[in-house]
Amino acid sequence: MPINSSEYLQILPFLILGLGIVISTLFEMYYKNSENFLPWFSAILFLVTGAIALTGLHDQTVLFGGMLAAGGKSAIFHFIFNLGAAIVVMSSVNYLNKYGANFGEYYILLQSSVLGMMMMSAARDIFMIFMGLELMSICFYVLAGINRKKASANEASMKYFLLGAFATGFIVYGIALIYGSAQTTSIDAIVNNFSALTDNVIFIVGFAILLIGFSFKIAAFPFHMWVPDVYQGSATTVTGLMSTTGKAAAFSVLIAIMTAIFSENIPNTFVDYFAALATLSMLFGSIVAIAQDNLKRMLAYSSISHAGYMLIGLSAGNESSVAGIIFYLAAYAFMNLGAFAVISVIEGENDSNTELNAYAGLNSKSPVMAFFMALFMFALAGIPPMAGFFGKYYVFIAAIEADLTWLAVVGVFSSAISVYFYLRVVVYMYFKESEYDFIIQKNNSGMFAVMVSGLLVLVFGILPDTLLTQILSVINY
Amino acid sequence: MNLELIIFIVLALTGAISAVGMITRPNPVISALFLIFNFFALAGLYLLLNAQFISIVQIIVYAGAIMVLFLFVIMLLRTGEEPKLFSEKKHIKYFAIVIAVLVFVQLGYLIFYEAPSEYISQRVQQSMEAGTIENIGQQLYTTYMIPFEAAGFLLLAATIGALVLAKKNFE
Repeated sequence: MPINSSEYLQILPFLILGLGIVISTLFEMYYKNSENFLPWFSAILFLVTGAIALTGLHDQTVLFGGMLAAGGKSAIFHFIFNLGAAIVVMSSVNYLNKYGANFGEYYILLQSSVLGMMMMSAARDIFMIFMGLELMSICFYVLAGINRKKASANEASMKYFLLGAFATGFIVYGIALIYGSAQTTSIDAIVNNFSALTDNVIFIVGFAILLIGFSFKIAAFPFHMWVPDVYQGSATTVTGLMSTTGKAAAFSVLIAIMTAIFSENIPNTFVDYFAALATLSMLFGSIVAIAQDNLKRMLAYSSISHAGYMLIGLSAGNESSVAGIIFYLAAYAFMNLGAFAVISVIEGENDSNTELNAYAGLNSKSPVMAFFMALFMFALAGIPPMAGFFGKYYVFIAAIEADLTWLAVVGVFSSAISVYFYLRVVVYMYFKESEYDFIIQKNNSGMFAVMVSGLLVLVFGILPDTLLTQILSVINY
Repeated sequence: MNLELIIFIVLALTGAISAVGMITRPNPVISALFLIFNFFALAGLYLLLNAQFISIVQIIVYAGAIMVLFLFVIMLLRTGEEPKLFSEKKHIKYFAIVIAVLVFVQLGYLIFYEAPSEYISQRVQQSMEAGTIENIGQQLYTTYMIPFEAAGFLLLAATIGALVLAKKNFE
């Protein structure tokens, strides 16, 4: 099969990011102060890649003999990944300097993980999904333990690695069974024959095992054991990346392989699985988060419950649910990244100041930080006009359209519970006297990251149509 | 008796004996060396089946790289006092026996009662052609070119990650 050289132009985002990784590696090797240069280089690289991905939004094609897709949903995901990673880079510099762990390699691994996510969301072949997943996961394992001196970071890295490898084993086994029963690894072929294939027991078993593997990656309830320890132990900026773009990448794969169920006439074979997972994740995450005093741990449990809300979309399985999930992922990415950026600015040495008590009276120390943290907490709780509200709204509407009203009711109930622990942070910041004494570093690039995410959360919240119409215009492919 | 059969018997015997040797030797280094023997015998069997590529990969990757790594780990983490797995946990032994019997019965049943040749012989020519190095190389650089390039980045990221975790100096 000959390869058309014009196809390379359509995967320009991949080429640019790949080239960036190679250049960064060379720079790291031969230039002594690479850690001063690489953050800027990576931030610009991410922004350029994301912008170029967006220009190809309406130019949807399948390339390289059905391996990669360009444009459409994948373009929106590429934009989310790259913008999210750029925000992470901005908040990383000052944060890593606190631990003396500001290495050039950190940024190379960041770029590689984004390349992996981009492969996952653009993949049209299960083979490609697996390569992207591994590239992303391996970078995450290392990034989680980048601060080698800290015992909890080592624990997080090790735990994530072992359980992640276990989940990968599940995914590979599922892929093997799917290949054995469907005789192909092409997603399009599987999607087009979905209803015929679901009569085959081996296919169903393989698919279920694959879904279990990805349920681990999105941190849904019975497969969530690793989340609190890993999110708390890892470097705060890395946690932000793992919990937002990593989750979005796993969901992009789920949306791609489940494309068949989103069309009108094919029944959603896995509706029970998704609905059960969604209910358990939402309630478990929201209820356990109430008892957390550490902010990173609280956001870890909130991340489990947000995975639950997104799973409502997969249970609903109609067109508006795809749009809902993608919108939710975009909104969640920026509000959660913002919250983690605030934590990374406030956090002192040796994990200090991540407790809720440290946030008491934050308003008197830094009104800007307190304002944005309150903004992110309102957004995460799903209070209008922040972006989080519309994410939940679209997903719940999709569930009602699919006659799963009970699931939407559970979702609303769980959001009501979650308001308590999100607003508790706001109450601490504005209505409590300061107990700890610490100084927030001036000229902190993390502040800039916080403001950018805050702005995006507001824009998506006040003008949700700007994003939603773009999503709706491309999902009918 | 033709030459192919003689070679097969020699390789199969080497493989079986070295496998038994591997699990019965108390010294881990000798066990690892037996495992290398086993890998070589397996590589020979693959060659007999016309799977040249898998045979070479078996030697380069398993017998070469992975076994050297095993030996290094065993020699570097030399702990003679380590409690023996079976003497510590008796029930594991019974579990292992059950699994071994199950696998053995399954294989025996397949070979002697199911006549696997009926299914396999249909596509012998096809699978022989698919297993040659030329074919795999062609596939790798046309259909699977993008995953192949992705594997390059995967290895780069893994190397950088390992170096950062193991070697990076903190100031």
